[in-house]
Amino acid sequence: MVEYLIFSVLNTLVLGMLLFMLSSGLTLIFSMMGVLNFAHASFYMLGAYFGYQITTVAGFWSALIISPLLVGILGAAVERYGLRTVHKYGHVAELLFTLGLFFIIEEGVNLIWGRNAMPNFIPASLDFPLFTLFNSEFSAFRAFMLLISVAIFIGLYLVLTRTRIGLIIQAALTHPEGVNALGHNVPAVFMMVFGGGSALAGLAGVIGGIFLITEPSMALTLGPIVFVVIVVGGMGSLTGAFVASLLLAGLQTFAVGLEYSLVDLLGIIGVTVNADGILRDIWRIQLSHIGPILPYLFMVLMLMFRPKGLLGKREN
Amino acid sequence: MKYLIRHLGIWAVAIALCAILPVIFSSDYAISLLSQMGIAIIFSLSYNMILGQGGMLSFGHAVYFGIGGFLAMHGINLIAGGTLPIPLELAPLIGGLGGLIVGILFGWLSTERSGTTFALISLGIGELIAASALLLPGFFGGEEGVSTDRMVENTITPFDFGQQIEVYYLIACWMLLCIVLMYLQTKTPLGRVANAVRDNPERAAFIGYNTRMVRTIQFALASFFSGIAGGLFAINYEIITAEMIGAIPSANVLMMTYIGGIGHFFGPIIGAVLVTFMQLTLSGFTHAWQLYFGLLFVSMILWAPTGLAGIIMNHEPAWKAGLMKKLIPSYTRATLAALVMFLGIMTLIEINYHLSLSIHPKDPMSLFGISFKAQSPAGWIIAIALIAVGFFFFKRGKNEVKNSWMDVHQAIKTGGK
Repeated sequence: MVEYLIFSVLNTLVLGMLLFMLSSGLTLIFSMMGVLNFAHASFYMLGAYFGYQITTVAGFWSALIISPLLVGILGAAVERYGLRTVHKYGHVAELLFTLGLFFIIEEGVNLIWGRNAMPNFIPASLDFPLFTLFNSEFSAFRAFMLLISVAIFIGLYLVLTRTRIGLIIQAALTHPEGVNALGHNVPAVFMMVFGGGSALAGLAGVIGGIFLITEPSMALTLGPIVFVVIVVGGMGSLTGAFVASLLLAGLQTFAVGLEYSLVDLLGIIGVTVNADGILRDIWRIQLSHIGPILPYLFMVLMLMFRPKGLLGKREN
Repeated sequence: MKYLIRHLGIWAVAIALCAILPVIFSSDYAISLLSQMGIAIIFSLSYNMILGQGGMLSFGHAVYFGIGGFLAMHGINLIAGGTLPIPLELAPLIGGLGGLIVGILFGWLSTERSGTTFALISLGIGELIAASALLLPGFFGGEEGVSTDRMVENTITPFDFGQQIEVYYLIACWMLLCIVLMYLQTKTPLGRVANAVRDNPERAAFIGYNTRMVRTIQFALASFFSGIAGGLFAINYEIITAEMIGAIPSANVLMMTYIGGIGHFFGPIIGAVLVTFMQLTLSGFTHAWQLYFGLLFVSMILWAPTGLAGIIMNHEPAWKAGLMKKLIPSYTRATLAALVMFLGIMTLIEINYHLSLSIHPKDPMSLFGISFKAQSPAGWIIAIALIAVGFFFFKRGKNEVKNSWMDVHQAIKTGGK
């Protein structure tokens, strides 16, 4: 039991920090520009594929730097030449533009790399068990992932709170017109935040592609979860995104290990039900199977009862 | 008489068209294509009831389509078993009522706010229902879905629905009925208030309307028609799987409606016909059809956000003034240039698909009857040259179009002379 707990906590941290890397960019983009960026997970996928391709040519460590840069430049270009054009048609058009981009990137990846998963493996320099605890090994790559994401978290925090540009970004989060009136180039800040957020997604892709899987549907599997994270955390709140990432990762990690059904749970409090009849499907659902549903349930309830999220400051 | 022709003529034409089309295009393939178009038309018109009419961007509209489909499927099985004493022709109504009830429930839960909050709730509900579909195999049939046999005893028409053409006529009747009802709904006070709530919810609330109630009713009605489309889907295919309630069909109907144009009632009809046609025919020719579809969608958003219907309606004043001939030369040139550019893009895409997805990439590929090796640089050079030339002339053509439009506006102002 102790072993299960410790490793679940460690895995929660690894997955949660990966989610945070993705959601931090998205939540900044959303609260600043009001755009629900469907293509954010696509940038994560592009990061993974670029990372894989660069690794085969120049090795993992170059990929770790070059791939996020490429994705960041691409993201900035999308903002400059795509989103800014559709901005005049309103938020719906912007949102649909990113949705179309999602489809194009997914098909583009199919076009270049094919439909099968890539053989994207852990680099040899990180492929060893870091420590062994109760007969289970914790790999060095996971520790490395944790290290990078913590470094990003601290870096992001310092940039946003201690630098001039960070302060402008923070101000533009809530009062873009005011910041514009003070003479700052808000469109350029938008482009930078979009590019930076995309680069973070790309970085998450480089390591996440190895940790999870590198395939054309990876954007579709992770995309909705990232939305859940920013909704639950609260739009525009980095701390909220951090808390929500860990919360959701924990929810998924722990739920997988629990093999109880509703009947069992009711049995504990002394209620016995007839597990047949018209509701038999419901009684037999096990907690471990509910794992994939919980995030969405959480999101819907959160939107209905507390639309500003756990730590958000405003509703839209 | 003139009034009658003007107001009922279009419906008479629609009925005649529905009756004649399967006679002209009588192959099995064409009839099944027409059937699918009919279903898609109901589905996307119902979607436009909430997006175009009510201003609510939903990412989970396929939930109501799917639930309607599953309910109708179980209903048909009950009809076949003799426990449910209604004729098969009314089975879509089961789907519609199911959609209505679920629509009232989820509509009430999600329509307190419109805008992004609504969009996210609809996304969440969509994912929630899609994810729980696999947990409830009794209703959703697990991985293999629910299937049925539509040839039941209990029918009111002499059809036994063994042939696709009979199913087509059933779908056509339901489609016409639904189009009329949805069109009339836009003329009711409810339809008008839904527009008001879309455009300015605060003001509508000040006048005394309960905006949430209006949105909920509009949403539930849309779900009703969506459920009917789902029921027709059940009859048409005789099988439905949990995929039909997922994110992909939801995104699909959104794109269909948007490409057609959300600002006009007939927009979604154009979109549904065009997109269904593209999906079925293109997927036979090329692996890359989803990419072309995505490119079409994004170019519509970038350059024609009013959709196809918007483009058509923009020409109404010029048409009425008899000035279309001023526009046609510049249009022809711009279209030709766009075609050349598209040809280049298409060649590039097809070469790449051949390299990455075909079983023998080394074999020569053929495009428009020309056979060549995907590895040879000639194809690449030609493709890139086509794109460059097309882009250059397209830019020029765009300016010409702009100028001829200015001429037309000028002419209309000065009295069409």
